[in-house]
Amino acid sequence: MSADAHSTSEMMSVAAARRLRDGAVCFVGIGLPSTAANLARLTHAPQVRLIYESGAIGAKPAVLPLSIGDGELATSADTVVSTPEIFRYYLQGGRIDVGFLGAAQIDRFANINTTVIGSYRKPKTRLPGAGGAPEIAALAGEVLIIVQHTARSLVNKLDFVTSAGFLDGGDARERAGLPGKGPVAVITDLCILEPDPATRELQVASIHPGIERATIEAATGWPIRYFSHVRNTDPPSTGELRALRELLQRTAAAHGTAAEGGASLA
Amino acid sequence: MSHIVSLREAIAENVHDGDILALEGFTHLIPFAAGHEVIRQRRRNLSLVRMTPDLIYDQMIGMGCAARLTFSWGGNPGAGSLFRFRDAIENDWPQPLQIEERTHADIASAYVAGAANLPFSVMRGYAGTDLPKYNDRIRFITCPFTEERLAATPSIRPDVTVIHAQKADRQGNVLLWGILGVQKEAALAAKRVVVTVEEIVDDLRAPPNACVLPQWVISAVSLVPGGAFPSYALGYYERDNRFYKAWNAIARERDTFLAWMRRHILQTVDFAEFRRTLESAPHEAQRS
Repeated sequence: MSADAHSTSEMMSVAAARRLRDGAVCFVGIGLPSTAANLARLTHAPQVRLIYESGAIGAKPAVLPLSIGDGELATSADTVVSTPEIFRYYLQGGRIDVGFLGAAQIDRFANINTTVIGSYRKPKTRLPGAGGAPEIAALAGEVLIIVQHTARSLVNKLDFVTSAGFLDGGDARERAGLPGKGPVAVITDLCILEPDPATRELQVASIHPGIERATIEAATGWPIRYFSHVRNTDPPSTGELRALRELLQRTAAAHGTAAEGGASLA
Repeated sequence: MSHIVSLREAIAENVHDGDILALEGFTHLIPFAAGHEVIRQRRRNLSLVRMTPDLIYDQMIGMGCAARLTFSWGGNPGAGSLFRFRDAIENDWPQPLQIEERTHADIASAYVAGAANLPFSVMRGYAGTDLPKYNDRIRFITCPFTEERLAATPSIRPDVTVIHAQKADRQGNVLLWGILGVQKEAALAAKRVVVTVEEIVDDLRAPPNACVLPQWVISAVSLVPGGAFPSYALGYYERDNRFYKAWNAIARERDTFLAWMRRHILQTVDFAEFRRTLESAPHEAQRS
């Protein structure tokens, strides 16, 4: 165990960052995904290429962007292209290895809702909507999702499918003709979920330090299952924690607040 | 032919009740000054189009300018919700707002199709999502060559597109740079184009391939320094994140919103006076 005490949200960012391999081309959503992707870049993955839907390619922001179109993304990037170009040539053109998304709600088959709670015509809560997420979820080589683990955010069934994961499970995604492989991991502040290879239902693959199974079960909206080889997530290393805290401190100083991100998305 | 006129004239001449109106600018270069002028001139029944409605459409919707909205992401970027947009959708206030909801990739593609004088855009998208269930203008076609199933959506052809840019020259050619979003495509897809700029210069000094809109595709150019505030203009000023955060408290309730709009937009003659009212009441925009 690391000697450093850490919060569950720090564990979430670190665990998510670790899933991004060095050299990958990653289409990054704003908020939590952007925190994790930049932490990866500042730790084990210096050659990761971060792409934001505002057109920034190879962004290397010193502080986390508050909005998807902050000037820091443009000025630190290898180049900036137009919105049609980023979506048509880079994403639809098949040049993205990993899509990194957040979610307001996610279901047991890793479908994402960022549109409405309640009915579409008369919503109980109107959420921001799709943004770039549906095509990222469909077209990126694979998808990582980062989300706070609560019974309200991990639900059995969504009111609205904004971005497709494995739809109804099994081979439904392939039958729908979605080119990318889909979600490979959902990283929360309690654990890491991965899809069962056959049913594609999300199951617990790794449990974060100090988290009880009962806590995960109470915070999940379906009867959650565990892989037989469920792992224990390594706690954040001293280096990972230092890099994350310095990044968040620089960001807070720049924006006058913590910019770790809430339930926002691409 | 482009001509350099005041913003008041540019909007009076080019934006009419019932128009399809697009104000574009992806977080960067959002034409706030032009949106305020549309509110001051009390345009009604507009069909607004914008990928990210942002605070400017929150203001226009809350002031009753819009009957219809085409959009793809309706949040306050980095700061929360758009409460006037939500109130219109959830409670029909101040009037019902018909929405057409699409994705960023789709709207970008649909402006490209509009600029290319095509009736629809084709893309790999929407499979597996619920959006086509609620928007019957998202349809699927079979490729005549490969028989692949692809999404087809109508192109976007605004009556008028308004953008903000860094520079114009004295002939009215316009140069913009940084995060460009869909501004060029939205402009070329429109029947009429209004551009506000940070400055007017003798020579744009634009390198070949820079994003320049030639004078003859633009209807009117207006000099409005700071006209993208509280968004930003790369090379001129930064995004005012405090304003974006303060907007939540201003817009959450109808009466605080209306009081703010009256004091800062309806009772000011132009963008320069709007900015002065904020300077003289610095706490007003920073309440939290």
